[in-house]
Amino acid sequence: MSAEALRLEGLSKSFGGVPAVRGVSLAIADGERRLLLGPNGAGKTTLFNLVTGDLPPDTGSIRLFGREISRMAAHRRVHLGLARTYQVITLFPRDTLAHNLELALLGLSPLRWNPVALLSRRPELRERALAVLDRLGLRAAADRRLSDTSYGEQRRVEIAMALSQEPRVLLLDEPFAGLSQEERRDIQQQLAAIPRRVTVVMIEHDLDVALSFAERITVLHQGEIIVEGSRAEVVADARVQEVYLGT
Amino acid sequence: MIRVLLVAAFSLLLLAPALSPSDFYVNVATQILIAAIFALSLNLLVGYGGLISLGHAVYLGVSAYLTIWLVTRAGLSHLPAAVAAVVLTTAMSLLFGILALRATGLGFLMITLALGQILWGLAYRWVSVTGGDNGLSGFQRPQPFGIDLASPRTFYLMTVAVFACAFVLIAVLVRSTFGAGLRGVRDQPRRMQALGWHVWMVRLVAFVAAGFWGAVAGVLYAYYNQFVSPHVLALTNSAEALLMVIAGGAGTLLGPVVGAVVVVMLKNVVSAYVTRWVMLLGLVFVAIVAFMPEGLVPGIDRLRRRRRPAGTT
Repeated sequence: MSAEALRLEGLSKSFGGVPAVRGVSLAIADGERRLLLGPNGAGKTTLFNLVTGDLPPDTGSIRLFGREISRMAAHRRVHLGLARTYQVITLFPRDTLAHNLELALLGLSPLRWNPVALLSRRPELRERALAVLDRLGLRAAADRRLSDTSYGEQRRVEIAMALSQEPRVLLLDEPFAGLSQEERRDIQQQLAAIPRRVTVVMIEHDLDVALSFAERITVLHQGEIIVEGSRAEVVADARVQEVYLGT
Repeated sequence: MIRVLLVAAFSLLLLAPALSPSDFYVNVATQILIAAIFALSLNLLVGYGGLISLGHAVYLGVSAYLTIWLVTRAGLSHLPAAVAAVVLTTAMSLLFGILALRATGLGFLMITLALGQILWGLAYRWVSVTGGDNGLSGFQRPQPFGIDLASPRTFYLMTVAVFACAFVLIAVLVRSTFGAGLRGVRDQPRRMQALGWHVWMVRLVAFVAAGFWGAVAGVLYAYYNQFVSPHVLALTNSAEALLMVIAGGAGTLLGPVVGAVVVVMLKNVVSAYVTRWVMLLGLVFVAIVAFMPEGLVPGIDRLRRRRRPAGTT
C-alpha cells in the first residue's frame, strides 16, 4: 500500500480567466485526517471538485494511491475508493432513507445495470441499507421520505451514504454547516467512528469541531496554499491570523 | 388479492372492445393501445429519465417505413421484416442517443427536434425510397398460422398481447435496480455520479430502450394502417406523444396509457361530433395543466388521498 492516499501537484483551475485554484501541491497520508481551511472564495470546494472529477483541471496532476486520475471520469474515481459529500445536501428527497442508501450501495455493484432485477426483490440490498441506518440510530425511520426528516438527519444520511461504499478517501465539504449544537455532536460522533483505514479530508469553518478532528491543516487563500502543518503550527502562523482569523 | 383483482379488471377492460358489435370501437381501441406503447416508450425518457424529447416520432416512423418497405420493396416476408425494422430502428436510436445526449435540458430537446425534422424532410424528399408525399402503400396484414390479422378483432387481440408485453417489461425495467438508477439520474445527476453511477450511460441505455419500444409501436402502426407517409414523422406526432405523457402523468406507468386514451378518443370519437375538436383537445390540456399539473393519474391519486381521512388504509 502506498503511504500517500492523495497527492496533488501543480493543480490549477480558472473560471473565465479568474483563477480559483493556483498551482496547489499537497500530499495526504493514508489514514490521515486533514482539514482544509480558508475564507470564502479560497478555492477549497473547487479543489474538491477537481479531485472528484466534477471539474477538469487546467493543469496539474492528481494521484489517488499512486494512480494518476486527473483525466479519469468522475464515476470511475468513485470505483477506486473516492467518496464525497457536498456543501449543499444533494440527496433524493422524494425517496425513503433506505432507498437513498440503496442507491449508494448500487453505485458500486454490477447489479446497477440489470434492467430485470426488481429492487423490491433484493432483500440483501435492503438489509445492508438497514444495517447502515441502524448504526446511525435511524432504522425506525428507514421508510420515511428523506424530505420528512430533519436537516441534521439528512446530513448524517449523506455521510452514511458515502461511508456505505467503504471508501478509501472521503472528502467532506462543510459537514457541520447549518446544524444545531446537538446535531453537531451527532456528526462528530459519526466522524469519530470512521475507521482509521479511511483517509478523511474535510472543509469546515467551525474551528472548534474541525480542529479537534484534524491532525494536519492546510490553509488556502485566493486559490493558493499559504500554510500547512499541525494544529499548533497553523494557529500560531501570522499569515493565517491575518487572512483567516482577521487578527 | 387486490392486485390480482386489479389485473383481472384491467385484462377484462382490454378484452372488452373485441366484444363490441362495431368495428369502429375495436379500431379505436387498437389505436389507443398502439399510442399507449408509443407514449410508454417516451415516458422512459421524459418521466423516468427527465429528458424531454420532441423527436420521438422518428422511432415510430422509421420502424413503420422499414416494416412496409422491407416487405413491399425488398421482398422480405413479414416476420423477418418486422424484426429487422425493430433492430435497425433500435440501432438508429443508439446513434441518435449518442448525438442527443451530448446535451441535457433545452439542448437535448433541440437536438431531438432537429433529428426528427431531418428524417421528416428525408421522407418527403427521398421519393425513390419513401414514395415522398404519397408514402408507401400496397401493404397487407398477413395470416400467420391461419390467423387472419386483416380482421379488426384479431388484430386488436394481437395488439393487446404486444401491449401487455410492453407494459410488463417496461414496468419491470422502471422498478429494477437499473430503473432506480434512472430515476436517481433524473433527480440528482451530480450526486449519482458521486455515487459511482455512469450518468451518461444510464441515460443512453434508457434512450435505446425508448427507441426499441417506439420501434415496436411503429411495426404495429404499419400493420394497423397498412400505409405510411411522412406525416408519421412529423413534429405534431412527437408533440402529441409528449402531451399523452404529460397529461396522463410523467413518471408513472399508467399515466401514458391514460394520456393515450384521452388523445385518441378526442381525435377519433369527439371529432365525429365536434368540428373544432382540436380546440377542445387544447382546452382539455389547459384544464389538466391548471388543475392537475402533475398529470391525471398522480392528480387523481392526490385527490383520493386527500379525501381519505388520515389514519385509514
